[in-house]
Amino acid sequence: MLNWANFISQLFNGLVLGALLALISSGLTIIYGTLGVLNLAHGAMFMLGGYAGWFAYAHTGSFVVAVICGSLFVMIVGVVMERVVIRHFYDRPDEDQLLVTFGLGIVFVEAVRFAFGSLSKTVLAPEALAGITSLGFMFYPTYRLALLGIVVAALLALYAVLYKTRLGLMVRAGIEDARMVEALGINIQTVFVIVFGIGAMAAGFAGIVNAPVVSIAPDVGEGILVQTFVVVVIGGVGSFGGAVLGGLVAGEIISLTSMFNPAYAYVMLFVAMTLVLVLRPRGLLGAAGRE
Amino acid sequence: MPRRFSFTVEVATAVGLLVTPFVLPHLGFSPTTINRILVWGLFGIGFDILFGVTGLLSFGQSAFYGTGGFVAAYLLTISGLPSVTAALFIGMSAAALAGYLVGLIALRRTGIYFAMITVAIAEVFYFVEFNPLAAYTGGENGLPGVPTPTLELGFATVALDTDWSLYIYLAFWYFIGIVIALRIVRSPVGVILSAIRDNPYRAAALGHDVHGYKLTAFVIAAAYAGFAGGLLGVLQAFMPPDAFNFATSGQLVMQTAIGGAGTLFGPLVGAAVWLYLSDLFQTTLHLGASWKLVLGLVFVLLVCFLRRGIVGGLNDVLRFAARKRGGEDVRNDEPRTAAATRVALVPIHPREGSANHGGVILEAKGLTKHFGGLVANHDIDFQVRRGERRGIIGPNGAGKSTFFKMLTCELTPSRGRIMFNGREITGRSVTEVCQLGLSKSYQVNQLFTRLTVRQNLVIAVLAERRGSFRLDLFRNLRGIPGLFERVNQMLFLIHLEKRADLLVSELAYGEKRRLEIGLALAGSPSLLLLDEPLAGLSSVERADMVQLLKAVSRGRTLIVIDHDIDALFELAERITVLHEGRILTEGNPEEIKSNIAVQEAYLGGVEAA
Repeated sequence: MLNWANFISQLFNGLVLGALLALISSGLTIIYGTLGVLNLAHGAMFMLGGYAGWFAYAHTGSFVVAVICGSLFVMIVGVVMERVVIRHFYDRPDEDQLLVTFGLGIVFVEAVRFAFGSLSKTVLAPEALAGITSLGFMFYPTYRLALLGIVVAALLALYAVLYKTRLGLMVRAGIEDARMVEALGINIQTVFVIVFGIGAMAAGFAGIVNAPVVSIAPDVGEGILVQTFVVVVIGGVGSFGGAVLGGLVAGEIISLTSMFNPAYAYVMLFVAMTLVLVLRPRGLLGAAGRE
Repeated sequence: MPRRFSFTVEVATAVGLLVTPFVLPHLGFSPTTINRILVWGLFGIGFDILFGVTGLLSFGQSAFYGTGGFVAAYLLTISGLPSVTAALFIGMSAAALAGYLVGLIALRRTGIYFAMITVAIAEVFYFVEFNPLAAYTGGENGLPGVPTPTLELGFATVALDTDWSLYIYLAFWYFIGIVIALRIVRSPVGVILSAIRDNPYRAAALGHDVHGYKLTAFVIAAAYAGFAGGLLGVLQAFMPPDAFNFATSGQLVMQTAIGGAGTLFGPLVGAAVWLYLSDLFQTTLHLGASWKLVLGLVFVLLVCFLRRGIVGGLNDVLRFAARKRGGEDVRNDEPRTAAATRVALVPIHPREGSANHGGVILEAKGLTKHFGGLVANHDIDFQVRRGERRGIIGPNGAGKSTFFKMLTCELTPSRGRIMFNGREITGRSVTEVCQLGLSKSYQVNQLFTRLTVRQNLVIAVLAERRGSFRLDLFRNLRGIPGLFERVNQMLFLIHLEKRADLLVSELAYGEKRRLEIGLALAGSPSLLLLDEPLAGLSSVERADMVQLLKAVSRGRTLIVIDHDIDALFELAERITVLHEGRILTEGNPEEIKSNIAVQEAYLGGVEAA
């Protein structure tokens, strides 16, 4: 049952899924870290990215346009959501924030279902990336290879924004202590909007670039959200590095378990999460004392 | 909660359940819908104890709903167990056991972590039901053929197989469920659960085993979910696999928030609204799947604007009306009896056994704490004799608060050990230490702000009367000997007897400060640590507080940090001066006043001549 080509190909699948989860989770985790809000609509953001991209793709036939439209649309949704709803919830209890973002997630999903129906939609990879590529020792779908590159590039871009720019410095300072940043005369409200926009965009971008691999449906974000949670629990809340590490761990666990029996993929993921919770409750790279 | 025990709510529920079959059908509810509302309502009672009362928002209740449902359905179909009721109870037990195990993991973290972990765990249950256990659960087909209950009357057997006869069965269990829940909420455990929702840190510091009580609430919620899950199978004659779905958990959360969390009846009302609207949109208005969109929007608007839900909103209106009628009679302008007299009238004795023998009550040796490279406390040796009133002073940043936190076991020292009453307490929990008779009042008030003054004191006294953990789920507060007597004494002592039934959030600052001290004192500790008890008080209030502290110190040991040095010199018999994380000197007030090193430390490095 176990052969090496299969194993390596699953290892690659795990890497692709892991990178994707890392990107989505870092969006979730920077939003939580900075604003203190766990966005339960984050899975819906992933879904919206896919649909907005598909919509653009259906009208233009261009995958590049689809990716740009998908990402930008979700960024705008994120910004509007923060300005209209979320900012009224910063001073309210955690559970209210969870309830309202959960409700918004449902509204997004049902709005899409209302507009486009429940049937799944497909977006084709661009011609140049279709087909399979020989890696010498095995054949692998070209687009998946490209996807790995695209997502890693996006993660590097996010890293560069967070760690190499002035804005990133403000965001990271905001994760440490938002009140202090405000006291230093930086308009934290602007930082909040930008962070929410970027965090949402990370999910939306993931949603559209993943669309050629897994077709999109209104409830596609639900499973992603759950996996993202596991990633964040494993990696540690508020940590970019934790999201990347957690994403890779989760991606490989899902892929490698699926090779033997897909039914146990989630169980193994859960076992990993439990182990982390028992041995290192704050997550692999989480800061101590942060709840 | 400590209202006179009455059965008003229970009777009203019974009457409501009796008239429902005659009223609701006229409003457009079908019998099936009414039965489904009852199942959701019962499911929601447990969830409301977890979320509304204890403040733990779980998105994973479907795990227990499904567990109970499938265990009961499996027993009734494949195993052929004849008694529906027995199957329901076995399913409930299985769900409670699952809840216990899941709770052990999920409750390792709080807040958003808890919410995320419950989502993940529920998803795992769903996958396990679908795949590895498909042979027992029917996988995506579910389990068809769940029988309806029959009633053995001895002389005849009644089959409850019509909608309305099933209604009787469901209504009976709903009634039992609500009666039990009301008992739990009014029990000592219920009061502590609401304390945990409000301020888990203080609940632990007052000597309650917060983790144990959270786990209790989690198991209760799982048990209700499991029983309701079993009823779902009975109601539909089929156990659907989507009972395990994340959407089921989500629907429960939304119905509870719509109906009003923390009210026990909220989930029932929320379910009625939810199912009514979904029927209305789908069958009457033919709007198809858009009903979920509309309900989602309604839900978001409710969370934004009517955060207490329908039942909570009604309660607020009733409360407001009652207060209008009652008028403003809560002003506290009577002349206050002198603190010393109040204490003489109601002595709060320290725990027995502690005052009998003299000697050292608290001793710290080589106490050191560093945070990374920063040394907050260095090698502190400290002794307090029984019955002493000790003051601790030191400039800002001297390490006073860190020192206090180590003494109360809120912080674990990096090095060194602490002995209390001859027992080593280093590394113990705040809860254990409080149970041993060491308690603390905080620099920044740590009160249960959404509860009344009286309830705050009840929570503090309960820790002394019941120990850190006890499962007296059905006990009435009035059944605890001396509880209300002590609470009333405390109210008198801190001069809040007229404010007893106000919410803490409505108190003035000085009153909150007195309650803060009162909470620490209510458990009759033998050693009381007070972190800046005078902070923010007016000069009149300060004088009164000093009198009060002096008076309660009879037979008790006090350690006080404060910046009001004059007041502290009046209150304390001995003073310890901390400076840059070390003990600078120790002595009686006169010695400290004339000590040059102390003056230097306070004036900041002025060269002594």
